Amino acid sequence: MKGRWLKLYAWFAYGFLYLPILILMLLSFNASRTSSVWKGFTLDWYVKLLSNDLLWEAVRNSLVVAVSAAALSTVLGTMTALALNRNRIPGRMLVEGLLYLPLILPDIVLGVGALVLFTALGIKLGLGTILAAHVGTSISYVVMVLRARLADMDQNLEDAARDLGATPWQTIRYVTLPLLAPAILAGGLLAFTLSLDDFILSFFTAGPGATTLPLRIYGMVKTGLTPEVNALSTVLLLLTGLATYLYQRLTKNGDKA
Amino acid sequence: MQNRWGRALTALVLATTVLAGCSSGEKKSDIPAVTKDPKVDSAKLTKELNVFNWTEYLPESVITDFEELYGVKVNYDTYSSNEEMHAKLKAGGSGYDIVVPEIYMIKVLQREGLLEKLDKANIPNLANLDSQFKGLPHDPQNDYSIPYMWGTTSIVINTEKIKPEEVKTWADLWKPEFKDRLVMPDDARETIAIALRVDGQSINTTDKAALDKAKERLLALKPNVKAFNNDSPKDLLLGGEVWGGVVWSGEAALVIRESDKFQYVIPPEGVTLWIDNMAIPKGAPNKYTAEVFLNYLLTPEVSARLSEEYPYGNPNKGALKYIPETDKKNPAIFPAAESLKKAESLDDLGDEMNQIYDQIWTEIKG
Amino acid sequence: MTPGPATSRPSPWKGWAILAPGVLWLLALVAAPLVLMLLYSLASRLAAGSPWPEGFSGEHYIRLIDPLYFKIFVRSIFQASLAALFSLALGYPLAYYIARSPLAKRDRLLLLVIIPFWTNFLVRTYAWMVMLRAQGVVNSLLMATGLISEPLPLLYNEVAVQVGLVYTLMPLLILPLYANLEKMDQRLLDAASDLGATPSAAFWSVTWPLSRPGVLLGCMMVFISAFGMYLVPDLMGGARSIMVGNLIQNQFLQARNWPFGAAAALALTAIVLGLALLVQRWGRLDGQGVRR
Repeated sequence: MKGRWLKLYAWFAYGFLYLPILILMLLSFNASRTSSVWKGFTLDWYVKLLSNDLLWEAVRNSLVVAVSAAALSTVLGTMTALALNRNRIPGRMLVEGLLYLPLILPDIVLGVGALVLFTALGIKLGLGTILAAHVGTSISYVVMVLRARLADMDQNLEDAARDLGATPWQTIRYVTLPLLAPAILAGGLLAFTLSLDDFILSFFTAGPGATTLPLRIYGMVKTGLTPEVNALSTVLLLLTGLATYLYQRLTKNGDKA
Repeated sequence: MQNRWGRALTALVLATTVLAGCSSGEKKSDIPAVTKDPKVDSAKLTKELNVFNWTEYLPESVITDFEELYGVKVNYDTYSSNEEMHAKLKAGGSGYDIVVPEIYMIKVLQREGLLEKLDKANIPNLANLDSQFKGLPHDPQNDYSIPYMWGTTSIVINTEKIKPEEVKTWADLWKPEFKDRLVMPDDARETIAIALRVDGQSINTTDKAALDKAKERLLALKPNVKAFNNDSPKDLLLGGEVWGGVVWSGEAALVIRESDKFQYVIPPEGVTLWIDNMAIPKGAPNKYTAEVFLNYLLTPEVSARLSEEYPYGNPNKGALKYIPETDKKNPAIFPAAESLKKAESLDDLGDEMNQIYDQIWTEIKG
Repeated sequence: MTPGPATSRPSPWKGWAILAPGVLWLLALVAAPLVLMLLYSLASRLAAGSPWPEGFSGEHYIRLIDPLYFKIFVRSIFQASLAALFSLALGYPLAYYIARSPLAKRDRLLLLVIIPFWTNFLVRTYAWMVMLRAQGVVNSLLMATGLISEPLPLLYNEVAVQVGLVYTLMPLLILPLYANLEKMDQRLLDAASDLGATPSAAFWSVTWPLSRPGVLLGCMMVFISAFGMYLVPDLMGGARSIMVGNLIQNQFLQARNWPFGAAAALALTAIVLGLALLVQRWGRLDGQGVRR
């Protein structure tokens, strides 16, 4: 009996999570500039979206930063996770503490911190500074994903490789990395979406011509709730759904000997 | 999997290029287009220009036209207050080529050595400025700044919700029936000025006691304030979130254009009269291109398009012939000289005083 | 992650060689900024015409205790705590439902939580603005059904901020809580019911205590995110709902008072780190504590 109430509640909870987003998607087809009352179906806002050059520029900026951030974070994160795994590291506690900071500190502290750093060093703000800030905060997440996978990973395979005479480097290259591949991809995808979705870090470290998509959306929302934002939101929602599905597929794959 | 991605991507790219040609549905302007200025030295133009301007102050079409005429990519960022722009410039390394501060902020920037001297040989259209805006005391030779647009900051009301008789003076804003119904500028100097006016003080006072009193007054006004908004108070007004408030004259004019139930009120105690100016920050990476852009903005047809979209006062005498009669009669855009008798302009009060104003403002907003 | 035999392990310096790049990046972009901010917060003001601070003064920390600013911290803690509690109340049953669902369905149910969570934060905040504003969905519906004649002022106040916080942060609690609930040993519950416990008693005496680590972690993450939040109060809050995040932004990007902004940011950091330490201690004790 409790099961039925719980199921009903689950529906309600999912409804709470999805209703505003779905309404937003619905309104993106509404032929009315300001009202939420349905005035007819239209694709105008999507057309306007496609011809909005500033928006596409922001999309391009966001993608460039996100791909670069994902690549850098993944490389650095993988190296860090491997180094911490089953090695004697003097000063391990400090490293762990350092890795812990970006996970626990609010983004705004990391954001103003980065601004202070770049300004004090006289570094010009732009896409580069946004990228640096994104990588700095994503490494910890990649490490987290990899360590979860390393913990589950069957150590015997690595030991077997070494017993068969493989050097540590060969072990890593031919055994560990292939086994970690899904987690590395998942970590990369995580870093990618974190960068794409980031607002506050970009807010403080952006310079002229370095507007990312969230910053552009913020500007659009602040200067008038145009229905173009509804259309844009719909597109982003669908893309996110796809990325999320991909991520789950990647993290699900277990050891396949 | 790769194939599907590839196809989807191709489809998206095709859709973009096809539909990009479609009209975005923007209103076509009656003002004639501008052609390329033959005197511009294309060899000296750089590939990019970084412009930092107020929100809702420069139409996108003006920017894209410039980009097409001169092959320059314009990066356009916006700010909501003089202080915000100042904060970015002070931090250094901002990389902006053009900023648009109000006169008092021009004085501050000049004092701090943050402005470049303009090469007026590249800006012959300076001659188009109306004589009223030439030889202004802060920069009589236009060595550092060029007037961009001017206006007032005053009260706008939705007459369906607030009757005109109810709001005649600044003090009326404090009426308890306006609880949670007003929008105020998110601007330290402008909003503190309102309280100072109620006390009969100058908006440039340095008297600490008067300022403390103004702070108390504003804290008492807070229950009536729904939001502090510089970016787009017109949306709050048109959307019915607020019934009235204090806004820039251009915002009021836009709101009045949309619906005649709005009215711009100029109280007898006076309003703030301001002139925003174009300037080039020190160390701007694209100075020549910036000067070409300034010259472009001073052509009558371009200037007219500025005030066509954002109806502020236009200092360009060549542009006046393009401004419609309805705008010329709109008191929000061209207020009667009578109503401006007690208008005051903001002044630079020095670093220490500015910090005190900042502090008061932080305390009010908290 | 047990260390292997010392003979075949690479030297610790080799480990550090691989560790170095990542650690250096973190030092540069996380640790160094914190140190710099400390320096700024203890300065009097920014030097004229330069981004470097000058002077030495504790005035900014003293100013934080002033009731006007202290009030902002209190309000933020209040909003954040409420957000954590609401997220717990709304999210726990959902996490429990997913954890108890058949294995095949679980992935899909989880995916349905992750999708809104990974959707752009701005979009989700904006969605509620569309719902709550004067011409928004809720008001339009209420007016269409004739229940009200004037739109209700639902947006630009503290309640709107709370709604925005819970909506955007709830998945942050559901996910770690689910991870915890999923690992729970079903047999304990079976044992409880075999011993005659009602489902409700079994829940409170078995499930709830065992899920405490997940609850603590989830609540902490919601609290910290809400406490330092800038976007939700900025977009959905009004003149009287600003939180610590807005104060910090204001000091850095408008008031040009970087020392004070840095002090506020570090105060925020201290509170967050303190809370994290507390939760870790508390969680550990209970993990080894007596099961009732």
